[in-house]
Amino acid sequence: MSLVIIDTGCANLSSVKFAFERLGAKPEISDDFGVIRGAARLVLPGVGAAPYAMNNIKEKNLLEIIRTARQPLMGICLGMQLLFDTLEEGGEVIDGLGLIPGHVGTLDTKDLPSPHMGWNQLHPLADTSLLAGIETGDYAYFVHSYGAPLSQYTLAACNYGSPFTAVARKDNVMGCQFHPERSSKVGAQILKNFLELEL
Amino acid sequence: MLAKRIIPCLDVRDGRVVKGVQFRNHEDVGDILELAMRYRDEGADELVFYDITASVDDRTVSPEWISLISSEIDIPFCVAGGIDSVEAAGARLSAGADKISVNSPALARPELIDELVAAFGTQCIVVGIDSFEDAQNGKSVYRVKSHTGDPDKMRETGREMIPWAKEVIERGCGEIVLNCMNQDGVRQGYDIPQLAALRENCPVPLIASGGAGAVSHFKDVFEQANVDGALAASVFHKSIIAIPDLKQSLKDSGIEIRL
Repeated sequence: MSLVIIDTGCANLSSVKFAFERLGAKPEISDDFGVIRGAARLVLPGVGAAPYAMNNIKEKNLLEIIRTARQPLMGICLGMQLLFDTLEEGGEVIDGLGLIPGHVGTLDTKDLPSPHMGWNQLHPLADTSLLAGIETGDYAYFVHSYGAPLSQYTLAACNYGSPFTAVARKDNVMGCQFHPERSSKVGAQILKNFLELEL
Repeated sequence: MLAKRIIPCLDVRDGRVVKGVQFRNHEDVGDILELAMRYRDEGADELVFYDITASVDDRTVSPEWISLISSEIDIPFCVAGGIDSVEAAGARLSAGADKISVNSPALARPELIDELVAAFGTQCIVVGIDSFEDAQNGKSVYRVKSHTGDPDKMRETGREMIPWAKEVIERGCGEIVLNCMNQDGVRQGYDIPQLAALRENCPVPLIASGGAGAVSHFKDVFEQANVDGALAASVFHKSIIAIPDLKQSLKDSGIEIRL
């Protein structure tokens, strides 16, 4: 079963690849239309600025292939945020991929330091195969300043000043706000669940 | 709740992990990957690799060893040392580093911080500050030093710690590591007054560095300076403090810790 990490031109591609390799998978990093279309599973990684990542996706002509993907697709961190309708970044609002309804805004951290950086606890809200083996209170590694509010698509919540979506899913499209590739055993379990997930 | 982070720091020189006292007299403490894997297994929350000779010798960290670390390690790690351009930072992030930390090159050219933030986002840009406490007219001053990797090349910057911290935050950095040089390597405890003074002026995550020698020092710095993480080297390298014992003890005293 082929696993393709979509090359968005962002910087954390190799860490994501290594994480899947530690699970015995053989991921391929690609921005090729045919390779992406033929993949059994897709991963959309991303770090950095949303406008930069969306522009890369457009310039590589990958917008439609991602939007019309039918195979399991997992967004990670910024890649997860891109799955939503709209995203805020530096006061601007840009269009995301529109695969999960909702808006990604500035995380309201109240008086806590921002960015939200470090290990925080997951609160699974749904009994779902993607979160098999994940318990309330398990820690995952987060690094972000923006987030999606809780919605009907939230599978797991997290709280930092205010609650936000840690794991989202709509049909074949899912995403983690944290970095599963850097979240030790908890992250590895979620990536393993993704590899075994049946639609 | 967000957990307080325990961060072993690996000072790297010529591909080996070394440790000095007050930034001098470096001794060899082991292989990079071996130590990194040991700390991961023991429950470290994050690792920092400082190539302490990079700035002074005008060379950059090898992306190859970063890839090696990234392929084996499933916790976040930050790479520092001689990163003086968007290209140098990009190479390290592409090789698998989660964050990059800048110190001397940012002091030489502060716009570097803006450029890095624009290219990679606030979340992966850390600024390290080496601060030395001095007395001036009976008052203590925190002076920022640069090129601290080699005592012969260490420089005064003419900057004070809090104004410099405010400037790097204004320029968009996502985290500050404050190395209190008077405490470095002597294991007498973190500089709580200095860290607490910065905390009041620091809306981004703050990591304490310099002085860890006992479990109580970690407890004190989290409780009294409210830092987000505590970095230490020699107490971990020399097995004076075992990370699992440290984390259990902190958790038992009511501090939010990932076990």
